[in-house]
Amino acid sequence: MDQIILQMLNGLDKGSAYALIALGLTLIFGTLGVVNFAHGALFMIGSFCAVTLQKLLNLSVVTIDPTKTDFLGNPAKIKTPYVEAWFGPEMGAAIIDWSVPLAILFAIPVMLFIGWAMERGLIKHFYKRPHADQILVTFGLAIVLQEVIKQFYGANPIPTPAPDMFKGSFDFGQMIGFEANKIIYPYWRIVYFMFSMVIVAGVFSFLRFTTFGMVVRAGMADRETVGLLGINIDKRFTIMFGVAAAVAGLAGVMYTPINSPNYHMGMDFLVLSFVVVVVGGMGSLPGAVLAGFLLGILESFASMNEIKSILPGIDQIIIYLVAIIILLTRPRGLMGKKGVMED
Amino acid sequence: MSLIKPTRRGLLKGGAYAGAALATPTFFTSQANAYTNAPSGGKVTLGFNVPQTGPYADEGGDELRAYQLAVEHLNGGGDGGMMNTFSSKALKGNGILGNKVEFVTGDTQTKSDAARASAKSMIEKDGAVMITGGSSSGVAIAVQGLCQEAGVIFMAGLTHSNDTTGKDKKANGFRHFFNGYMSAAALAPVLAKMYGTDRKAYHLTADYTWGWTQQESIAAATEAKGWETVKNVLTPLATTDFSSYVAPVLNSGADILVLNHYGGNMINSLTAAVQFGLRDKQVNGKNFEIVVPLYSRLMAKGAGENVKGIFGSTNWHWSLQDEGSKAFVKSFGTKYGFPPSQAAHTVYCQTLLYADACERAGTHNPCGVGEALEGFKFSGLGNGDVEYRADDHQCFKDVLVVKGKENPTSEFDVLEVVEVTPREQVEYAPDHPMFAGGELGKCNAG
Amino acid sequence: MLGLNKKDTKFLLIVICLTLATPFLMQPFAEGTALAQFNGGYPDLMQRVAIFGIFAIGFNILFGLTGYLSFGHAAFLGVGSYSAVWMFKLLSMNIIPGIILAMIMSGLFALLIGYISLRRSGIYFSILTLAFAQMSYNLAYSVLTPITNGETGLQVRPTDVRLLDGANAPDYPNLFGWTMSTSYKWELGAHQFTFNVGFYVCAVIAIAAFYLSLRIFRSPFGLMLRAVKSNQQRMSYTGLNPKPYTLAAFVISGMYAGLAGGLLASMDPLAGAERMQWTVGGEVVVMTILGGAGTLLGPVLGAGAIKYLENIFSKINESVLHSWFSFLPDGLEDAVVWLFARFTGDGWHLTLGLLFMAVVIFLPGGLMEGGARIRAKFGRRGDIDETGAATKTPAE
Repeated sequence: MDQIILQMLNGLDKGSAYALIALGLTLIFGTLGVVNFAHGALFMIGSFCAVTLQKLLNLSVVTIDPTKTDFLGNPAKIKTPYVEAWFGPEMGAAIIDWSVPLAILFAIPVMLFIGWAMERGLIKHFYKRPHADQILVTFGLAIVLQEVIKQFYGANPIPTPAPDMFKGSFDFGQMIGFEANKIIYPYWRIVYFMFSMVIVAGVFSFLRFTTFGMVVRAGMADRETVGLLGINIDKRFTIMFGVAAAVAGLAGVMYTPINSPNYHMGMDFLVLSFVVVVVGGMGSLPGAVLAGFLLGILESFASMNEIKSILPGIDQIIIYLVAIIILLTRPRGLMGKKGVMED
Repeated sequence: MSLIKPTRRGLLKGGAYAGAALATPTFFTSQANAYTNAPSGGKVTLGFNVPQTGPYADEGGDELRAYQLAVEHLNGGGDGGMMNTFSSKALKGNGILGNKVEFVTGDTQTKSDAARASAKSMIEKDGAVMITGGSSSGVAIAVQGLCQEAGVIFMAGLTHSNDTTGKDKKANGFRHFFNGYMSAAALAPVLAKMYGTDRKAYHLTADYTWGWTQQESIAAATEAKGWETVKNVLTPLATTDFSSYVAPVLNSGADILVLNHYGGNMINSLTAAVQFGLRDKQVNGKNFEIVVPLYSRLMAKGAGENVKGIFGSTNWHWSLQDEGSKAFVKSFGTKYGFPPSQAAHTVYCQTLLYADACERAGTHNPCGVGEALEGFKFSGLGNGDVEYRADDHQCFKDVLVVKGKENPTSEFDVLEVVEVTPREQVEYAPDHPMFAGGELGKCNAG
Repeated sequence: MLGLNKKDTKFLLIVICLTLATPFLMQPFAEGTALAQFNGGYPDLMQRVAIFGIFAIGFNILFGLTGYLSFGHAAFLGVGSYSAVWMFKLLSMNIIPGIILAMIMSGLFALLIGYISLRRSGIYFSILTLAFAQMSYNLAYSVLTPITNGETGLQVRPTDVRLLDGANAPDYPNLFGWTMSTSYKWELGAHQFTFNVGFYVCAVIAIAAFYLSLRIFRSPFGLMLRAVKSNQQRMSYTGLNPKPYTLAAFVISGMYAGLAGGLLASMDPLAGAERMQWTVGGEVVVMTILGGAGTLLGPVLGAGAIKYLENIFSKINESVLHSWFSFLPDGLEDAVVWLFARFTGDGWHLTLGLLFMAVVIFLPGGLMEGGARIRAKFGRRGDIDETGAATKTPAE
């Protein structure tokens, strides 16, 4: 039982990342009708916002300490980050420690801008082009983005730890009445799950309860009519693209303490996120979130030893197997609408 | 048309082929030389085949730096690096056999297919007489096979699987790097000393050939010290989030977690294990511990402070204080501004060893070079007294047991050497069951 | 001739000439010059261009004609390679049994996957094929290692059974004694041309594959497939069931992929699991679109362009660049080398990405459209059948 709860938690945690990426992808597809293969790259860029902020905060004054030597035997250089020099060592160290949560503030404007620039600069020209062209051009863009990141940050993963407060784990089992030490769960993963819930709720209420969101939803349903009503729907869709990019970026920022980011992590998530979107049903926001959590949980269960001993290698293929089964039994995914992307 | 035996038709064709070869017009030069890509015009071309894209690109970049340094030293430039400390004095700093050393580079992409394509282009287009490099065993074995067919020497780069000099060994292939068995043999005594002999280990193993041989080796070595292997769980290579594999460990009754992972897998699984608080726990009345059998400093850096205090093994580390290591760190560090990685060290050694063997053999012919390398004993390259065993073309040398440093003084200061395990302790018979099933075959000169 | 009209015959003849002259066309620069770096006329690259050309031609039969975008064709390539290597291990190093089995196995595989995947269309079809390919790749890399040899790839060994081979048979893939690696070099002044047995085997098969695809394009069957693309509904209203036609196209293109896989293994007897990865399936999509989907020659050009880029650009390292720009003053030289090094050597992926984007943005019909535009500019009528028609309706 405790194992099942543990894997449930793992599944929710993985599902949070899948759901956030799929949510952004669906926002773009639902509003603009564009299949964005660069969405994984946006997730990756979000992660690198955290890395960049960490680097910026660690910009240092270099002083030479003659009493110590570096690996070549030359006098060692001692680096003191500017923030520590400005705010005092303790405050400075605390700011650096909190660089990942702080990166949220940093990432939002950056990602909104990248999303806006992408839509105005490139995607705009592809609305009338076939989906295959959209896939190819955004795929090309994804390669370019990740290669640019590689030129700056190298190929190796870069550690970006969570603040000290959230390091380590706590006994979740005891809180819900199990024996001690049965269900241990890391703080940060819980934070990640909560965070994703907040974002999902935020996006849904934004679409449901604001006038802006209402217009966007109307535009998703019937773009032409909304346009004929004299509403500049294009502009709003551009903003939605920025929002989608920001959602992917924030998912990336908060993911960095879970796995050290590297330049090709976007590609690792790309195929998966498409599977999630398709399983959820193209264009359906609740479908994307539901499918994200569903696949996350199934993936976690498939890696349980009890299941692997019956079906060896099942954890290698579970995601794809589920996708095949769902697509064959529910032709448009879990919550897809008729006629979307079937031509 | 029968495919069974050389039929009359087949013979005729074969005959026609032989005849065609004899009657080749003068402007056709078939393989006129005694061996593939014999150097001409006072130049010799080496092929450096390293990952330049994909997850191991940084490791490949470091290998490439070391290769360039080695070429510079061979051609008499720079401070000579380890050429000055190398026990063999055949190299004179005038290239190899008087031929100026040139090189071509290629991208393996850490895929066996792409690596072979790249190596082939070096052999067919650029006339490389030796191929070296790589950052994974799959690639090393694939390229080694190719070099055997093509008739050039392959000096393996970073490859740690037992199979490279085990069941997939080839007469034209040579490995300086250590392997899974040696890691395990070096690590097990230290682990037993540190953590006691009454331990229960849980293994997470990358689900491909290297992972399996590594796991097999370390399980055997630790079991010999009295440990019990509770469970071995295979994890898919593509896994990025190891939470669902790490979560059950604490309740399995094990008090040690062995991570048979490398590269990105290692970083992510270690990070997950530390996040789940394994190291803060006590099981069976003992502190829970994590072991990473194969360490790479470049990669360990990516795991940040999670590596602190975690044991593993490595082929070489820049903090070693012998003359060879110091000379290498000095010339590499002066040129590039940071200390070399173990990948850089092994490929630098391989290049020097190849050049030296050519000098001693007096030829670039792979068969001659191979003969000069087989059973060659040397020192001064940073690993103590080393021997290239003739039976399987594996280098036998001291192995370093390291652990993640608690108080690093710089960003390169990630690992500290705990023990230098002497060579005798990690040696094994050529027909050891973990290495059996392969054959060197005959050397091929093309 | 051969059931083709006059224009097609001429077209086929041109293709034959171009293919057979590849060793000259891909080796335009003299040895020893700085430009020799750009020569691509060595056996391995020429073989790969021909083989991936076959792969792309086959893919185009499905994608170019019916519009079904499969991301899973890598699986058939992989199945073909594994089948061929198993034949080398068990029966004979003669490539014929290997290639035949490669086609049969990939055909069966394609029949199975196609039968299931074709129950859906659009992106749902794409994801289904992608899922099948990724499953094959993941399993081949791990659980199926006894069959595939996993990470290392399936290799031939001297100890293999090889039932049909006599004692003196070559231990390298061959065609009745002609080993695939045999090459002749022709030195003409400073130029050097390589004629390789393996390449010509691939070239002849590629021409046959091209001819078959030409016939399919011109046949009533091809017309049916185009009908599937333009309007499936109307097609079913006229009482025709599109399914069997699409499935047939899927299996044919799967067999082309298997043939390509078998040939890859014949040129270099190793089959790695990476061949099944979705990125390889994506690569053939890119090749086809880059060259011009729905055109006959486009996919081959696309395949050539990608393989050339992959093998030539990745080898231009900084020391090569330094040797090119050594005539510049020192500071400027370093700056120029630095700039170029972003795009070559370890930056070749960046060039690849930028090239895709440029082609997709400016030349929706691929390189074939580029060619047609250039011809139009010089006042000659473009060959509408081969380029224009497809350019108007890029495949979806």
